[in-house]
Amino acid sequence: MEVRELTKKYDGKTVVDSVSFTIPKGKVISLIGPNGAGKSTVMGIISRLIARDSGLVAFEGQDISKWKSKELSKRLAILTQTNNIQMKLTVRELVTFGRFPYSGGHNTPEDEEIISRAIEYMELQEFEDRFIDELSGGQRQRAMIAMVIAQDTEHVLLDEPTNNLDIYHATNMMKIVRRLCDELGKTVILVLHEINYAAFYSDYICAFKDGRIAHFGPVKEVMTKEVLGDIYNVDFEIMEISGKPLSIYY
Amino acid sequence: MDKLAITNFIMFCSVLSRKGAKVKKYAVTLVLVFILIVLSLLSLFIGVIDIDLKALAGGDSEAWWIFLASRLSRLLAILCTGVGMSVAGLIMQQLCMNKFVSPTTGATISSAQFGILLALLFMPASTLWGRAIFAFVMAILGTWTFVWFIQRIKFKDVVMVPLVGIMFGNVIGGVTNYLAYKYEMTQALSTWLVGHFSLVIRGRYEIVYLTVPLVILAFIFANHFNIVGMGKDFSKNLGVHYNAVLFMGLTIAAMITASIVVVVGSISYIGLIVPNVVAMFKGDKIRGTIIDTALFGAIFVLVCDMIGRVVIAPYELPIELIVGILGSLIFIGLLMYRLKNGRKAIRLGAAGSSACAAAAGAAAERGEGA
Repeated sequence: MEVRELTKKYDGKTVVDSVSFTIPKGKVISLIGPNGAGKSTVMGIISRLIARDSGLVAFEGQDISKWKSKELSKRLAILTQTNNIQMKLTVRELVTFGRFPYSGGHNTPEDEEIISRAIEYMELQEFEDRFIDELSGGQRQRAMIAMVIAQDTEHVLLDEPTNNLDIYHATNMMKIVRRLCDELGKTVILVLHEINYAAFYSDYICAFKDGRIAHFGPVKEVMTKEVLGDIYNVDFEIMEISGKPLSIYY
Repeated sequence: MDKLAITNFIMFCSVLSRKGAKVKKYAVTLVLVFILIVLSLLSLFIGVIDIDLKALAGGDSEAWWIFLASRLSRLLAILCTGVGMSVAGLIMQQLCMNKFVSPTTGATISSAQFGILLALLFMPASTLWGRAIFAFVMAILGTWTFVWFIQRIKFKDVVMVPLVGIMFGNVIGGVTNYLAYKYEMTQALSTWLVGHFSLVIRGRYEIVYLTVPLVILAFIFANHFNIVGMGKDFSKNLGVHYNAVLFMGLTIAAMITASIVVVVGSISYIGLIVPNVVAMFKGDKIRGTIIDTALFGAIFVLVCDMIGRVVIAPYELPIELIVGILGSLIFIGLLMYRLKNGRKAIRLGAAGSSACAAAAGAAAERGEGA
């Protein structure tokens, strides 16, 4: 996927300013940056949820807005904030929606098999007949991921997947992200607030500031005192733990 | 060792409860079908003129005429009304993501009435079909306007949405009443303000059959409605065209409502209560609930109609009155239940299995922690 000269304005204010980068396949890429830096907007544009003002998002050689919605949904899945689901669906019913782009609601035995495997992969077998609004936040998040797995897309986009989760569930979430990439070979792009999660679990970091990309590269290149200090305007110390650069800010 | 035993027990429980759930899934539907058939037969033989089987069997032409033209017509109209209003309510609740939206609280009924008034004003000689077309157009426009409005203004509070709908409906109702007074149409209009089945007779009600293909259409698109009900981003992710499905669903709901209002008049509460009661037991997956919702709606209207016919026989009370009384009682009950238990689902006779599920949840949580 390639992003070129992306620009987006809200009420005359430029929130995304000629952003260009290429997303490497089969890696975990984290978008970080302070509030209002444009990372969520970029995520929205590359997942076709938000219309851009100018620029280009090329996905598999074709502009993303030229893709048929249904075809695109077999290749690219996006998960936005999931805490607001009001609907009383069982876990299995929710995961079944992941097959919708393929089956249009008429599931073949093969679809059912894929759904079952997705539920097992997220270890939700015991909960599959329970309603999602009766589950804990972490379980509900896993159910959503199971749906994305059933959707069987090469690219998975997650908008702040650790939001509203406690440390335990957030860490689990990040481990799942890693597995999506390592075991299932997916390209995962996520917006994160927690820099150290980005540092520990991703391959690349794309740091935003004021609607522009301040730095994009492998984790070790971005996780430096200078880069982070420049983005957040806070003093940073970088420490190496288990071979990964982690930051301390104060 | 302990853990293994617990896990085995849980597996056993979940297998049991899942098998049970499968049987139960159809059991409820079958029971509803059975009740509906019994009540329908009963309803055919309630009325001012006694019809007995002997007369029918003997080929009594008058008895047959009453039976077919009046009783059967009435029964079919009742069934269509119950099915149609509850399915329309179900669709509107899903699409608006709000459990309190229905044809009554979404301004659909009052818009349809306004349409009928316009037909009476501008085409005094209009047939039932002419009025129906006016009602369709106005109901669709009214519902679209309401939904467009609530989407524009993002209400934080779920109760605000139906309140706005009720206000909007009352404004339309006010305009309808004003015009009706001004042009001395109140008498003519009153038939459509209070729902009743007493004028349902062969040749005057067939428009209500339109609900049948519309409900089938709703069933076909059930999954689409569900996905749209999960939100715009969710729909886009799955390649579903949000606006197209939203407006198609609203159009279907409005047309169902209008075709009922034209024949029977305004019937409130059904679209609100029936889908909510069924959802408490069966959840919100439309494919799984639409048949039960339709059946329960038909039973509800049928029972209300029978009460209305029996209470002050040989006269009869308009159905709207009975539905209003019963409906408000059930609605209060629903609210009380919600206040007490939150959004927790009722599982029929599944106390054991839900305990199992709870145990499973707790165990899994512990397993995660380990």
